[in-house]
Amino acid sequence: MSNISSAFAGGKAFIPFVTCGDPDIETTERLVLAMAEAGADLIELGVPFSDPTAEGVVIQAANLRALQGGMTTDKAFALVERLRQQTKVPLVFMTYANVVFSYGIERFCARAAEVGLDGLILPDVPFEEKEEFAAPARACGLDLVSLIAPTSHDRIRAIAAQAEGFVYCVSSLGVTGVRSEITTDIGAMVALVKQANPAIPCAVGFGISTPEQAAAMAAVSDGAIVGSAIVKLCAQYGADAVPHVADYVRQMKAAVASAN
Amino acid sequence: MSTAGRFGIHGGQYIPETLMNAVIELEEAYNHYKDDPDFNAELTALLNDYAGRPSRLYYARRMTEDLGGAKIYLKREDLNHTGAHKINNVLGQVLLARKMGKTRIIAETGAGQHGVATATAAALFGMECEIYMGREDTVRQALNVYKMRLLGSKVHPVDSGTATLKDAVSETFREWVSRIDDTHYVLGSVMGPHPFPTIVRDFQAVISREIKQQVMELEHRLPDAVLACVGGGSNAIGTFYHFIDDPGVRLIGCEAAGRGVDTFETAATIATGRLGVFHGMKSYFCQDDFGQIAPVYSISAGLDYPGVGPEHAWLHDTGRAEYVPITDDEAVDAFEYLSRIEGIIPAIESAHAVAYARKIAPAMSKDKIMVITISGRGDKDCAAIARYRGEELYE
Repeated sequence: MSNISSAFAGGKAFIPFVTCGDPDIETTERLVLAMAEAGADLIELGVPFSDPTAEGVVIQAANLRALQGGMTTDKAFALVERLRQQTKVPLVFMTYANVVFSYGIERFCARAAEVGLDGLILPDVPFEEKEEFAAPARACGLDLVSLIAPTSHDRIRAIAAQAEGFVYCVSSLGVTGVRSEITTDIGAMVALVKQANPAIPCAVGFGISTPEQAAAMAAVSDGAIVGSAIVKLCAQYGADAVPHVADYVRQMKAAVASAN
Repeated sequence: MSTAGRFGIHGGQYIPETLMNAVIELEEAYNHYKDDPDFNAELTALLNDYAGRPSRLYYARRMTEDLGGAKIYLKREDLNHTGAHKINNVLGQVLLARKMGKTRIIAETGAGQHGVATATAAALFGMECEIYMGREDTVRQALNVYKMRLLGSKVHPVDSGTATLKDAVSETFREWVSRIDDTHYVLGSVMGPHPFPTIVRDFQAVISREIKQQVMELEHRLPDAVLACVGGGSNAIGTFYHFIDDPGVRLIGCEAAGRGVDTFETAATIATGRLGVFHGMKSYFCQDDFGQIAPVYSISAGLDYPGVGPEHAWLHDTGRAEYVPITDDEAVDAFEYLSRIEGIIPAIESAHAVAYARKIAPAMSKDKIMVITISGRGDKDCAAIARYRGEELYE
């Protein structure tokens, strides 16, 4: 078991996402430290991929900016290595199967563990394909986080039973991005997870941007994940985004913490 | 690694959880209908009466005499309704989608042939249809964009990435994730997650089933080689499939080398790619050292894709099929050659196979038989080829 469980130990968790190297790696480093300081319980670091098929336009653009800025997998590992000397906040990579596969799955996991990463989220690796990645990750003490979606239905039980770290509950159909409304019955999905695996935390992501949405999602789960809304701030303010993102995280953490 | 839909180590289902039940449902429906006599009777009637099958196997006398070696036959998929082999797969999938109760279909397209075929089937069945096409390709293939609109479909130009076929595929997956209940994704090639590579292959296998019958009738024996162009690889797998267990038949796939396999402007996946996981499958992909998918290039919008279907990757691994790169220059020469020597204007995609035939036929003896699949007709390419030769056409 990794350090991920500590993210959920102090109540409802707030989990922000940033793309490594957007707009540059120094800014990402400052963003992560500021978000941890502002109350983030776990931070998702996007390792950019040329063709991020699960992302909406906001995070697609961030991937492109990062790659154009020269971001690489090795630089993302080096970033985590530096961050680990400054913060204990649990850190996971969110990236795509080919980034890990191409590096060599064992080599990737070994390096990830060495620099102090806690887990991996791979949106294009479903339950059926997960052992190819989960087994080497487990051997290095990393959790491969499982996702469930509004279309998962009868699959939730099996996914939850084998879940590690936390279950990433995808709030709606579609790709990542801000939504005005989330209509899925998240509570019912979370209940199915807990029936199969009472100990596993469940955090909700996709489409959350306002404190009200975050509070509503956290009320029926163990936490809220926000990506596109933060990446939008990064796109808007560039290297000056740090105080804006920190303010936003502080607000969102307060909303999540107040949820019951 | 799962065992579902594997060809050796290739294939699989590397897709978001949101789509998993959709592909499972598709696989169940396909397994139910593939041997269903009513389904097959309906499909055969459509292929014959609507699409014009069986397609002709034509003895290319002048080309044979000119090259002075193997006897050359052309499998005329260009004569199908909508002008390419794509209709074989589309009619099968749309029929299946209807059986599954889907009312809306979406598809990617590169050159526009698969988009036109899908839009055609949508018109035939009165279904809602939306096509995703790289903006770059909407410019290269403006006529096909007009045809799709004429047929009642909506065409979405895709601006992400390199604005070509791979980005159209990504965008169609994104659309499918957003709306699954009433929508079927008519994938156009033998790629993507299981069960698509198998379904598309089975619907395209009609090509080799007919070639085998036709060559047997004419020559009373099997051909010595069959050739087809390979992007994702649907007309090639269709051409190969019924010969895979006949070791005497060479299976030759012709990839798009663009400006050459030693340049960055190439789409020859098997020649220059390496093993990866993308667009739902494990296979070979053009990519950099960190697994970023390469911006590939070919004069042919239909072959301009950085990956190859998993069954081709496996046929390459086992050595059962050969894959060869053909440059833009060679393909354009072959496009002009076939037009002049046989009066057949091939699609620039198919011209890649013609180009390789020109290289190997002269060295084969006259008692050898070669079949080249002409996967589509070249009307759509005339303006681009004219431009390649420095001539502007105003249509």
